[in-house]
Amino acid sequence: MKYVEEFRDPEKAQILLHEIDKLVSEIDIAKQRPIAIMEVCGGHTHSIFRYGLEGMLPKEIELVHGPGCPVCVLPMGRVDDCVAIAARPEVIFTTFGDAMRVPGSQKSLLQAKADGADVRMVYSPMDALALARKNPEREVVFFAIGFETTIPSTALTIQQAKAEGVKNFTVFSNHITIVPTIKAILDSPDLQLDGFLGPGHVSMVIGTQPYAFISRHYKKPLVVAGFEPLDVLHSIWMVLKQIREGRAEIENQYARIVPEEGNSPALAALSDVYELREFFEWRGLGSIDHSGVRIRAAYRDFDAEARFAMPNIKIADPKSCQCGEVLKGVIKPWQCKVFGTSCTPEAPLGALMVSSEGACAAYFQYGGIKRREAVS
Amino acid sequence: MCLGIPGRIVAIDDAQRKLATVDVSGVKRQVNVACIVSDDHPVESCVGDWVLVHVGFAMSRIDEAEAAETLKVLTELGEAQAEMEAMRLSGTV
Repeated sequence: MKYVEEFRDPEKAQILLHEIDKLVSEIDIAKQRPIAIMEVCGGHTHSIFRYGLEGMLPKEIELVHGPGCPVCVLPMGRVDDCVAIAARPEVIFTTFGDAMRVPGSQKSLLQAKADGADVRMVYSPMDALALARKNPEREVVFFAIGFETTIPSTALTIQQAKAEGVKNFTVFSNHITIVPTIKAILDSPDLQLDGFLGPGHVSMVIGTQPYAFISRHYKKPLVVAGFEPLDVLHSIWMVLKQIREGRAEIENQYARIVPEEGNSPALAALSDVYELREFFEWRGLGSIDHSGVRIRAAYRDFDAEARFAMPNIKIADPKSCQCGEVLKGVIKPWQCKVFGTSCTPEAPLGALMVSSEGACAAYFQYGGIKRREAVS
Repeated sequence: MCLGIPGRIVAIDDAQRKLATVDVSGVKRQVNVACIVSDDHPVESCVGDWVLVHVGFAMSRIDEAEAAETLKVLTELGEAQAEMEAMRLSGTV
């Protein structure tokens, strides 16, 4: 596959690891405490574990796994809303596969499907729109989740539905935005970070400028990173190089995909269809100002929140769950009381155990080595 | 959902609705190309483009020059390392 294999070359990985070792030995703070670098995006968490990168890095580097997994931060009450909509006999409820197993307070969408609700997995919002065209007597609802990476696809689908005059298609929008969330993390007193790997595919849409405040106000380096193993190692090297040279800048390792200015047709569709919510509730992190988007009044006919009454009840996360502390990087997944015992990928209590991009699921599947090291 | 997959546009299906067929390692599927077209790069000129596909939408054209540039940086790091190693072995460092 083009531009995939080239960025998995083990020889180049060895070279980068050698250079990373060298840089770490030249950074003073590494002699007192580990250098903490947060990968914001769940896609990076997945790559780091899939390729065992964490175990290859020197012990002076601590990777803190951030909140950038849209499935993982979905609050339980929102899943309950999905289940309530899906239970209506006229509804075909469509969702990405990742969201099927996220637990609600009573059940997940997968369990709702087993109980007879018409829940269907789709690959694309366009597939949901096609279902609406094919089933004019039914109400097709698309459960939209994701950061700026997927918001334009939902926006373009809604624009298309409006252009065609489709009457039986609505979107239950749970889209969220990354920048306010990074700010909330930086303001969190219990977390000391030295730098960031920036989300590659969010940045492909929004560009690199929205991160400027991180270097300017918080004086932390951020490197927008690709997802192949060499991309991740290269980006860690770039962050370390900034730290050693006393710089805090926004750099772009992933220029083959991420233009500095972002994607203007995608941004135009996004702002045509969506506006900021005053706040949005995140699992584990609580309410974060301006961190979600809702469908504008001009597209109200396509907003499931306007069409269907839904419970919209705030449900507290299970007490035993420590997803919030894991999401903020305060504890490691395996330090959670229920990790691997009452919370497993087969029967998840918390959403971090559900998605393959969730830190807990990643540790559960691939994370043995580092965990053993830390215990011994 | 967030990772995306690279593919190559092999045909334009509906220029007005900006739909094209993309080939991802032999698997063909229709995608929306609205986000990668512009006045300078109209729908008709998209055949042959390498793109990154997310949930049925081509979200970025892969910039081959930038990809080559990043790989060059990595190669040069390796060359510099080999040179340092050679110098070290020859006793000049």
